[in-house]
Amino acid sequence: MTGPSPSPAIYDLAVVGGGPAGVAGALTAALRGLRVALVDSGARLGGQYFRHRGVPGEPPTEGFARFARQVRALTERAEVLTGRQVWAVTREDDGFTAHCLGGTAVRCRRLLIATGAHDRPLPFPGWDLPGVLTAGGAQALLKGQGVVAGDRVVVAGTGPFLLPVAAGLAAAGARIPGVYEANGGLGLARHPLLALGKAGEAARHLAAFARHRVPYRTRHAVVAAHGDRELEAVTVARLDRDWNVLDTRRVPCDTLATGYGFVPQIDLGVQLGCATRPDADGTPVLRADAAQRTTVPGVWAAGEPTGVGGRHLSELEGRIAGLSAAADHDDGPGPPELLLRRRARQRAFAAALLAAYPVKDGWRGWLRDDTLVCRCEEVPLARIREARDLGATDARSVKLLSRAGMGWCQGRICGHPVACLAGGDPAAPRRPIAQPVTLAALAELTLEEPHD
Amino acid sequence: MSDVIIVGAGVVGAACAYYAARAGLDVTVLDRGPVAGGTTGAGEGNVLVSDKEPGPELDLAVLSSRLWRELAETSGGFEYEPKGGLVVAETPAIQERLVELAAEQGLPHDVVPAGGLRALEPHLAEGLAGGVHYPQDAQVQPMLAAARLLRHGADSFGHGALKLRLGVTVTGFVRSGDRVTGVRTDDGDMLAGAVVNAAGTWGGELAALAGVSLPVLPRRGFILVTEPLPEPLVRHKVYTAAYVTDVASDSAGLQTSAVVEGTPAGTVLIGASRERVGFDRTTSLPVLSRLAAQAVALFPALGAVRAIRSYCGFRPYCPDHLPVIGADPRAPGLHHACGHEGAGIGLAPATGHLLAQVLTGARPDLDLHPFRPDRFGSGEHR
Amino acid sequence: MTFEITVDGRPVPALPGQTVGAALHAAGIRAWRTTRFGGRPRGLFCGIGVCFDCLVSVNGGPVERACLTEARPGDQVTTS
Repeated sequence: MTGPSPSPAIYDLAVVGGGPAGVAGALTAALRGLRVALVDSGARLGGQYFRHRGVPGEPPTEGFARFARQVRALTERAEVLTGRQVWAVTREDDGFTAHCLGGTAVRCRRLLIATGAHDRPLPFPGWDLPGVLTAGGAQALLKGQGVVAGDRVVVAGTGPFLLPVAAGLAAAGARIPGVYEANGGLGLARHPLLALGKAGEAARHLAAFARHRVPYRTRHAVVAAHGDRELEAVTVARLDRDWNVLDTRRVPCDTLATGYGFVPQIDLGVQLGCATRPDADGTPVLRADAAQRTTVPGVWAAGEPTGVGGRHLSELEGRIAGLSAAADHDDGPGPPELLLRRRARQRAFAAALLAAYPVKDGWRGWLRDDTLVCRCEEVPLARIREARDLGATDARSVKLLSRAGMGWCQGRICGHPVACLAGGDPAAPRRPIAQPVTLAALAELTLEEPHD
Repeated sequence: MSDVIIVGAGVVGAACAYYAARAGLDVTVLDRGPVAGGTTGAGEGNVLVSDKEPGPELDLAVLSSRLWRELAETSGGFEYEPKGGLVVAETPAIQERLVELAAEQGLPHDVVPAGGLRALEPHLAEGLAGGVHYPQDAQVQPMLAAARLLRHGADSFGHGALKLRLGVTVTGFVRSGDRVTGVRTDDGDMLAGAVVNAAGTWGGELAALAGVSLPVLPRRGFILVTEPLPEPLVRHKVYTAAYVTDVASDSAGLQTSAVVEGTPAGTVLIGASRERVGFDRTTSLPVLSRLAAQAVALFPALGAVRAIRSYCGFRPYCPDHLPVIGADPRAPGLHHACGHEGAGIGLAPATGHLLAQVLTGARPDLDLHPFRPDRFGSGEHR
Repeated sequence: MTFEITVDGRPVPALPGQTVGAALHAAGIRAWRTTRFGGRPRGLFCGIGVCFDCLVSVNGGPVERACLTEARPGDQVTTS
């Protein structure tokens, strides 16, 4: 096996994930004197929110200066391991080991799971055509790679995340034929962001839309993508309140950025046996107490894995987790009331946003028999229906009979829609192998033999 | 009311239902979960004759192997692959034993000298002492097999002959005197002429509801699944001789032996581990690590291939490692078809066929004495 | 600052720190893999390493996610 050999050190706290939650948690604990390691899969810290490349002329992401300060302070006080994907976490007698692809093993007494979330796309005819990207994918290209996803980019889905994606693309020179929000009948002027005290943020996006002549339409969605080998046009539908199609028109475009909320990445917590709960929208998240402790002693979670709530909530949860882990280490004070109160306000805001942008059942009507639901195993809707007809009564048995979710991505992309089509909320994903790992690396793991 | 109620919609229950319906009986299949949601959904789909010692289980396997082939022709839709099995020996002494075993089994086979292994499996490791090739070994997709047998049974033998009731939990039995005349469920009582316990790993619990003891216990097994490969790397079901001894072992501790095979989806399945840990589903990375090491030792090229998932299941085993098939004299009206350990997929059609013969009063094609439910000593509770 | 990689023999410019997937997308190459059953074209989708649609082989190695693989001068990328 290539790569560095496992570090002999045992950290007081290992943090997996270098976004706002992980960095805040790691820094907070390090400032209290804990020996901290932070592991992140990216080449740079920032997670999905802060993808700043530092290219001159690029407008900075809101809050980036603060994050950059946190990263600088952290780097001076903790071990920051970037470019390492954790594929499994195991429990040891004296703590945990995070196993990274490439062979690094990070030993720790305490673990903070801050692994963020990824986009939740919905299937529709043609959604696997090249040129169709997730909203987060388009954002990652722009902010992380300096690449504008396309010349004519339609943005569609639901949730406030569509706004900065569209505004960023427009500012970078893309033409935006439309931003289509499947929920809400109120229009941008009465956008929930305004009602929830985020007037500045919403107003900035609104101004950007006006400046670049970007039409923003609520109760509209992209319900089909067209093209021979690449995207050439989309069908935009006007929707009723349950997302049933009222009428449609064709909009030429070369790129579509689409997303219907987020799926928290909780694989590592589930591996360790942390209990989960359904979030307001039914998505499984890790159960965490007031101090961000999971149900497994020694394991904390912060940010999206405990419920989608954006960067402000993530940072607060990270700080609270860091303080709680520090208190566990030094018997000092835990998180103060004032942080908990701020978190409560942010959570109320997050809950309101989730309630304002639900996924409505009507999307199922956008699918045809031959529409792929599982992209990896190329499972069309007809095979999902057939599985149900053969006696599959839940998402797991639909998967076993149809192969939906059995491929490369292990149901990360299709898990939510498949669960909906099977007639329930998605169950907590069991992924004992959270990232593909070579059999040679798996074979060379030095582990204690299991005992009863 | 049906002629027969079958409890369990795994592959064994499905096969019992299929053959009972084919024999003209009205059948209702109950399961507390979905079709194939238990051990069937966690299996590899082995239809093996090669790994059986001569005796009643081998006879059952040979009959079953023939029936699977027939079912693939008449029903199909479950990825039946008559790929053949290759048992390999690490040392000349083991090869000698393998050759002896093959002769005792009396099955069609080819002894493969060390130099001939690569012709069958080009990516096998160097230094193996030889092997035995069994052309009869096959594989099915077990979940589809169960589902298709149920569907085919319902569609082929007359209207309403096979009914499927899912999400129904059996809570007890309806008795008339000593006789079992139906089941109590969370959805009401259901009456029938006979009840079949095809509850797999949970067969012992179901039997206990009827007041009879059936020592069926879980043996946990993990399977590793690789990324889909563009070209098949493993053509047969390939396993090491240790698999045969592990299958029959009484050890409670962890045992692993390499069992490697490709699937029509392009993935490679890697087994097999056996441990007695009750119904604990916690993934054991050390077990996965050992499975990976053994597979790479057998096929070095697998070292660069990535594992993308793993799953575990609970094989139902009895102390003598034989299944329980037939009428239970301790509870007239109750029949059993469970305890097939790791061979349930392979043995399902023969089990269903023989049980249908019992239910219709025909003379079973095989002597069921070795599989009788009351062979474990006095376990009667009432 | 730009350097070159080749994709199935064709030169494609890339920037330092850029991923293979971003370089391909920026060069207008949006479809570079075909699926194993239906032969459907695929390229970037999630862009953050989750969907595995963008698999490529770099310098003859095993397939990997183009969206996570940093491009290096002279890389020879092959698609399937």
